[in-house]
Amino acid sequence: MPENQNFNPEDGLPISGARAGKVSKYKIEHFVAPLDETPLQAVDSVKETGKPLSMWAEAWRSLRKQPLFIISAILILAIIVVAAFPQLFSSQDPAYCALENSNEPGRVGHIMGFNLQGCDIYSRVIYGTRASLLVGIFTTLIVVVVGGTLGALAGFYGGWIDAVLARLGDIFFALPLVLGAIIVMQLPAFRDNRSVWTVIVTLAIFGWPQLARITRGAVIEAREADFVKASRALGLSKFNSLLKHVIPNSLAPIIVVATVNLGVYIVAEATLSFLGVGLPSNVMSWGNDIASAQTQLRNNPMMLMWPALFLSVTVLSFIMLGDAVRDALDPKARKGA
Amino acid sequence: MTETATPKPLLEIKDLAITFSTPDGPVHAVRDANFTVMPGETVAIVGESGSGKSTSALAAIGLLAGNGSVSSGQILFDGEDISHASEKRFVELRGNHIGMVPQDPMSNLNPVWKIGFQVKETLKANGLAGDNPKERVAQVLADAGLPNPEVRAGQYPHEFSGGMRQRALIAIGLACRPRLLIADEPTSALDVTVQQQILDHLDTMTTELGTAVLLITHDLGLAAERAEKVVVMYKGRVVEYGPALDILRNPQHPYTKRLISSAPSLSAQRGDKHEAIVDEIVPGKAEPLLKVSNLTKVYDIRKGFGKKEQFTAVDNVSFEIPKGTTTAVVGESGSGKSTIAQMVLNLLDKTEGEIVFDGEQIGNLSERKLFKYRRRVQPIFQDPYGSLDPMYSIYRTIEEPLRIHGIGSSASRQKKVKELLEQVSMPASTMHRFPNELSGGQRQRIAIARALALQPEMIVCDEAVSALDVLVQAQVLELLDELQRDMGLTYLFITHDLAVVRQIADNVCVMEHGKIVEQGTADEIFNAPKSEYTRNLLGAIPGASLI
Amino acid sequence: MLSFMLKRIAQLIPVFIGATLLVYFLVFATPGDPIAALSGGKPMPEATKAALAAQYNLDKPFWVQYGLYLKNLVTFDLGTSFSGQEVSDLLGRAFPVTARLAILALLFEGIFGIIFGVLAGMRKGKWFDSTVLIASLIVIAVPTFVLGFVLQLVVGVKLEWAKPTVSGAATWGELILPALVLGLVSLAYVIRLTRTSVIENKSADYVRTATAKGLSRNRVVTVHILRNSLIPVVTFLGADLGSLMGGAIVTEGIFNVPGVGHLLYSAIQKGETPTVVAVVGVLVIVFVVANLIVDLLYALLDPRIRYA
Repeated sequence: MPENQNFNPEDGLPISGARAGKVSKYKIEHFVAPLDETPLQAVDSVKETGKPLSMWAEAWRSLRKQPLFIISAILILAIIVVAAFPQLFSSQDPAYCALENSNEPGRVGHIMGFNLQGCDIYSRVIYGTRASLLVGIFTTLIVVVVGGTLGALAGFYGGWIDAVLARLGDIFFALPLVLGAIIVMQLPAFRDNRSVWTVIVTLAIFGWPQLARITRGAVIEAREADFVKASRALGLSKFNSLLKHVIPNSLAPIIVVATVNLGVYIVAEATLSFLGVGLPSNVMSWGNDIASAQTQLRNNPMMLMWPALFLSVTVLSFIMLGDAVRDALDPKARKGA
Repeated sequence: MTETATPKPLLEIKDLAITFSTPDGPVHAVRDANFTVMPGETVAIVGESGSGKSTSALAAIGLLAGNGSVSSGQILFDGEDISHASEKRFVELRGNHIGMVPQDPMSNLNPVWKIGFQVKETLKANGLAGDNPKERVAQVLADAGLPNPEVRAGQYPHEFSGGMRQRALIAIGLACRPRLLIADEPTSALDVTVQQQILDHLDTMTTELGTAVLLITHDLGLAAERAEKVVVMYKGRVVEYGPALDILRNPQHPYTKRLISSAPSLSAQRGDKHEAIVDEIVPGKAEPLLKVSNLTKVYDIRKGFGKKEQFTAVDNVSFEIPKGTTTAVVGESGSGKSTIAQMVLNLLDKTEGEIVFDGEQIGNLSERKLFKYRRRVQPIFQDPYGSLDPMYSIYRTIEEPLRIHGIGSSASRQKKVKELLEQVSMPASTMHRFPNELSGGQRQRIAIARALALQPEMIVCDEAVSALDVLVQAQVLELLDELQRDMGLTYLFITHDLAVVRQIADNVCVMEHGKIVEQGTADEIFNAPKSEYTRNLLGAIPGASLI
Repeated sequence: MLSFMLKRIAQLIPVFIGATLLVYFLVFATPGDPIAALSGGKPMPEATKAALAAQYNLDKPFWVQYGLYLKNLVTFDLGTSFSGQEVSDLLGRAFPVTARLAILALLFEGIFGIIFGVLAGMRKGKWFDSTVLIASLIVIAVPTFVLGFVLQLVVGVKLEWAKPTVSGAATWGELILPALVLGLVSLAYVIRLTRTSVIENKSADYVRTATAKGLSRNRVVTVHILRNSLIPVVTFLGADLGSLMGGAIVTEGIFNVPGVGHLLYSAIQKGETPTVVAVVGVLVIVFVVANLIVDLLYALLDPRIRYA
């Protein structure tokens, strides 16, 4: 049995009783596993087969399998087609209204019935898709561009840019969306020129702070990464490292939030139209139809329900898509981390 | 040495197999594992990541992740098979029969409750709070080596240092006097001198209490000096076990032999050392490639309401690196070594002092000159999972420096990337892959390839191998050595691991709290250390006294 | 702790000024005739215009006007509406109603949101979780006013479990149905936030350590998982109070609740911009105070913040 060994102090190494090794008072056998059962493998070998998989490719792979994604993607595609080519879905001219059809229930050729003015509800719903979708898409685009840029600059450069942005965002957060939108729509410039664009701009004014905040957070996290330092050490300028490394790695949360918000903006437009400060009444939209159907709720609830249903399904599919994308991009679910 | 009749083992692992069910199919984390722990004995399980060492131990306390389960075999605790015990039974066993000390002191303490509260609830849950819980809590904390335990009990985890937090976790693990303590890499996250103190203390406590310890570690040297028995695991199987000293001096299985030959702490003691590549340089004969003089970095820290505090991270540091050699800067956390690396790379502005590279001053360089400097000095960082942009393919990552400096055409760059991959022993097909498909060691090799792309003269390795498994680490160090020989590279090697330094460095600077406490050739530092701090560092290397 | 609070107050002052300035600017200093904006575009005789100009200090420079406005705001001198009533009177009657509504909504979304969120988070992936997730998505997708109408129709008219509209007195009981509608969307957010928080925390290292200490499952869930998960949820609820008060316009419209939202809406429709500006000013104060309370709460709940 080996004995405890002490070392010569001249070696310069300290003696520590506890660290001179321990000997058991029991007999311990020395077991070795048979080599054929426990073969040595090469250290750290590289996988040479299989297709290369970037992070996006991996996310796409897991996304494809999710039922939430499949359903929402199909719905969204359908909605886009309806908005772009409404004439494919309804031969009836939505502006044609005959008072004798007022509040008639559904029948062959007009499955959703008629509204108070005698207009065919179905064709109004079909043609109304475009306005709502446009509001959602363009508001999201403006919010992403404005909010994303400001948030990225604030997060990356910090300092006074960040402080100013934080206070500015706080100011806008202080006014709830609906309230703020009502006030803005009172401005003569807006009130007298009501159109799809006034609604879009109004929503964007109150929508950008949220995205700016999220972008800022994502950028702050990404800029600390070693690969950003490495790219600076390679000679990349600070601004270029922002463009080429930080921003691409900050996109995930932006995409998720933007997708969900698209749906939220469509709801917001409907709310504004309901309050009378949304789209002008001559523009066909779900929001307007719902608003004008209020009074008829007791007599003809379907006049409100049909556009409400289409609205809800559209919004739901965008929000579901956002959820599905978030799950697919979740870093904890990603391999290799 | 007397041999006593073998009494009943406290913990017996028999033909244990643990399987995890994942979306990609079942993963057999542990297969056919067999080992025992006697009462009062310390058994160390040694292995690299993925060896199944943590999994086996966690199964014994019923803490396998949700999708894991014991698929066959038995875990016998004091004769009782607990491999499929109910949650209720485990709740009874945990705390007062089987205790645990986890690895990471920060994330294992609940940040919103005071330390005293977290100790008290352990005592209460196991019925050991007694009539005066406050006193008992203070006693338990004092036993674990925490000074001022009454005051400390009223503080929150984020107010403690890393070592103190680990002591608190040890206090919690041993508070109810369990018969078996599972220590999962209890000191891996700590500085090596703190590590030594804490393990010494743990040793004393467990010997006094007669607690058996199942010590999980990746460090064979540490295992051999702290345990009576060592169990070596590789890819989910037990490949060898036996008396600690016997395993160390007489390993049988090829894997164990490989571990021993690669472990820096053990090889350092053997006297395996770095063969100087460049012949003895007569001082004053040739100009050093890098010369750092009086380098200082002071940070201003704002502390509410306009008050400022100054923190000196690097204090008047001077050293030289001759061309073609490796100089290691060693220190524990907070010593300032990484800050020096950042300043040499010009990623951080210095407060005072001079950095001269090949006769030229770094620090006031114009944009254009700085751009040129970058070609000559390149970094390799610590975290392999953070140093490669996950969005870029390997090809793009290695090609980036060439593109930035406008070197070559698209076709010649492709060729260059292939050459570089070959130099780091990676197949050419790797260039189509992405970082998330590679392991830590492989990513580090890509980082080396990227660093070599511009044909630099000096490479700054900032803890470049600290996050790698032992065998992979040995591979990467060998690669760095080879490259130095072939290309005449100069290395500035930053590390906290003195053992690694022995293997690779020609010259060493030892740092503490921002200052250099000792510097000299590797031989001088290791064989005749002058400062007490260096001696402490050397003595704290696990396995130091055993070979 | 104190320095943290003072710093936060200092940060919120510019927010208060900024928000009120924004509103004031939007309403009064827009291009075009301010008098016309004041009167909502209705034609007015010259004498009236001159009187109005004097009364609302429109003959003075913008900054002076704004300064006077702020001074009046904090002394609660909110001016007179066109119909001759004191705005502070109007607000004094409407504010408690909306406050009751908001508190009920908060209780509803808080209690049910946390319960469902915790259950869903602890049972992640199981059917309860999936159901809750889909249900919360639907609630967010359907516009509040549609939900309001539907509930009003079904519960108020068809089932007659509650009064479909609220009387002038607006008692607690009458406000239950509107509060439900108001809190529904926030309920969905609270559920999702709680769920995410619980999922994150239940796989945390310290939860594993707590289990290793021999604590019962219940204790681990309540003292460790819950305690940590609720931090972001409670702060969300606190902030929501402010936005509930300001955003109740739609709900108040549907159920005829005589609250702040209603007051604001009709003032806007009638073009009574002095009322609008005054009331919005008060709402901004409420928002700022709510934010301060939230920050205080957060610091109380998370000791790491106190020393930042």
